[in-house]
Amino acid sequence: MHGHEVATSEHDEPIANPGLPEHLPRPTDVDPEAEKRAERQVATLFGLSALFAVLTCVAYFTFDIGEHTDTFLGMGASNVALGGFLGLALLCIGAGAIQWSRKLMSDHEIVEYRHPASSSEEDRSEAVAALEQGLEDSGIARRPLVRNSLLGAMAALGLPAIVFLRDLGPLPGDKLAHTVWKKGMRVVQDVDGARIKPEDMQIGQLVNAEPEVFFENNAEGEPEFEGAELQAAKAKAAVILVRMHPDDIKPWKGRENWGVEGILCFSKICTHVGCPISLWEQQTHHLLCPCHQSTFDLADNGKVVFGPAGRHLPQLPLAVDSDGYLIATSDFTEPVGPSYWERG
Amino acid sequence: MRLLTRKITARLSTRRRSRYAAPAVLVAALLASGGLYMTLAPANADKTSDDSTTISEGRALFQVGCASCHGKNAEGIVTKKGNQYGPTLIGVGAAAVDFQVGTGRMPMAQPGAQAARKKVLYDADEIKALGAFIQSLGPGPAVPESEKYDVSGTSNENVVKGGQFFRTNCTACHNFAGSGGALPGGKYAPNLRGVSGKHIYEAMLTGPQQMPVFSDGVLSPEDKKDIIAYLKKNEDTPSYGGFTLGSVGPVSEGMFAWLVGIGGLVGIGIWITSASARSKKTITKGDA
Repeated sequence: MHGHEVATSEHDEPIANPGLPEHLPRPTDVDPEAEKRAERQVATLFGLSALFAVLTCVAYFTFDIGEHTDTFLGMGASNVALGGFLGLALLCIGAGAIQWSRKLMSDHEIVEYRHPASSSEEDRSEAVAALEQGLEDSGIARRPLVRNSLLGAMAALGLPAIVFLRDLGPLPGDKLAHTVWKKGMRVVQDVDGARIKPEDMQIGQLVNAEPEVFFENNAEGEPEFEGAELQAAKAKAAVILVRMHPDDIKPWKGRENWGVEGILCFSKICTHVGCPISLWEQQTHHLLCPCHQSTFDLADNGKVVFGPAGRHLPQLPLAVDSDGYLIATSDFTEPVGPSYWERG
Repeated sequence: MRLLTRKITARLSTRRRSRYAAPAVLVAALLASGGLYMTLAPANADKTSDDSTTISEGRALFQVGCASCHGKNAEGIVTKKGNQYGPTLIGVGAAAVDFQVGTGRMPMAQPGAQAARKKVLYDADEIKALGAFIQSLGPGPAVPESEKYDVSGTSNENVVKGGQFFRTNCTACHNFAGSGGALPGGKYAPNLRGVSGKHIYEAMLTGPQQMPVFSDGVLSPEDKKDIIAYLKKNEDTPSYGGFTLGSVGPVSEGMFAWLVGIGGLVGIGIWITSASARSKKTITKGDA
């Protein structure tokens, strides 16, 4: 069969099939000296591996972990010795095994010709016959009661899955559209909760800020927000305050009084995939997201000037309270962060 | 003796028309006058100078080294196209001068996206004089006193707090380890390792180039000191995990993994699958 195919291709192909190259023996097959040498090489590699394994143990007891942290190229003696010796021990076993197989193990060349991926006609008809025989034996066509009750049982098995998956809910509803910001809430510096007066901020200043509620206690003296709840609220409510020269700001209609003396407040959450952004260039007024290089112009209402973000950065309207501190005059007027299905 | 003098005079006289004569006389005269000035000038002249002389010294230095870009009175220069050639320095304060000149960023070698840190060209007194001159033009942040950035003996608690402030306010541009990072248009946030506490403080206070200002009114002097203490602690911490690869995160680590790691594996793969050496000899042993 194969011989016949090769013969036809010789007629079709412009260049004759050269066939397989002649099998030549390796030096280790014909030269007992070379064979001995290869054997010694492999044994040496395995021996070295054993030595390195022992040295790993010695290094473990010799060097104190954490001390002498810059003995070798700025790295600790313990780290280098443990990692180096263990790595060499493994490498020597691997290298020895490869050398063994290349030089000493039997040297047969095997050719495996390609064949069609589908099974033969006989195999296929045999398989179909076996399946039909099984259906006949089970009598599933003759006993609809058994068949239907089996189908019912399998459908009922889906019910527990649906009930369990229900715990993933409930749906967030309009939670994504709102944050903890509300009218009169003070804008305070992140980390220490320091309140901010407009005169504390200079032109070109950036403040990473939070709503004051994250630093407040409730009636029982417990923090208003804690743990996962705090993280979830913070992930939506984080803002940055920036102060620019008022002449540089070009507010959209209706946003003219959202700032205080050139101080504007924007969401810190990128509208692309929600990375926190505070990489603000004070001279260009551009805010850059380090994740995918979306760039927002904060002097121009947080408009996208570059990158994959699809929406402008939401702005938080600001005012000053009777004590002279910066406050929000409402929640964000649009959902913060990346787009989501229901937002449309 | 007279004979010797006459001999030297005669020799000099024969060489007075040499082409090296004029430069030699000039060098000798300069050395003599310079030496005389060194010995005769009052040794403590600069120490007795008061504020007004410092300011006038600063003005003189400014006219020579800075006015070509910033204008004769530091009012700034606008190009014909309306771009900023050199910004006005009125009101930037002595702290800004100390930062820009003290780190070698100013004077700039050439206009560009950003002034780079380089060799400092003015000595401490000259920087002080320049700062005094700029401060006299309009009030701005003064050079901080050394206790504001002296972080020796800062408690661990304060270092931790400094770390929180650093991660909140600084890491977006300067990277989690302070290694710096790229900004658009050829600009960059510089590496913070090896920068003196004074210059870090001044940078936060004045917001040089694209960096925002972190004024004392919001980020208090104590908070700034904590940030500097954290950075210094970070600098002193050895890299327990081995090579830091510049502490720039996935870029250098990924490059190492792909080039050295995967490259090494490819090399071993080539070794495993390559054809082994073959002999022209025929098999003499019966079994192989």
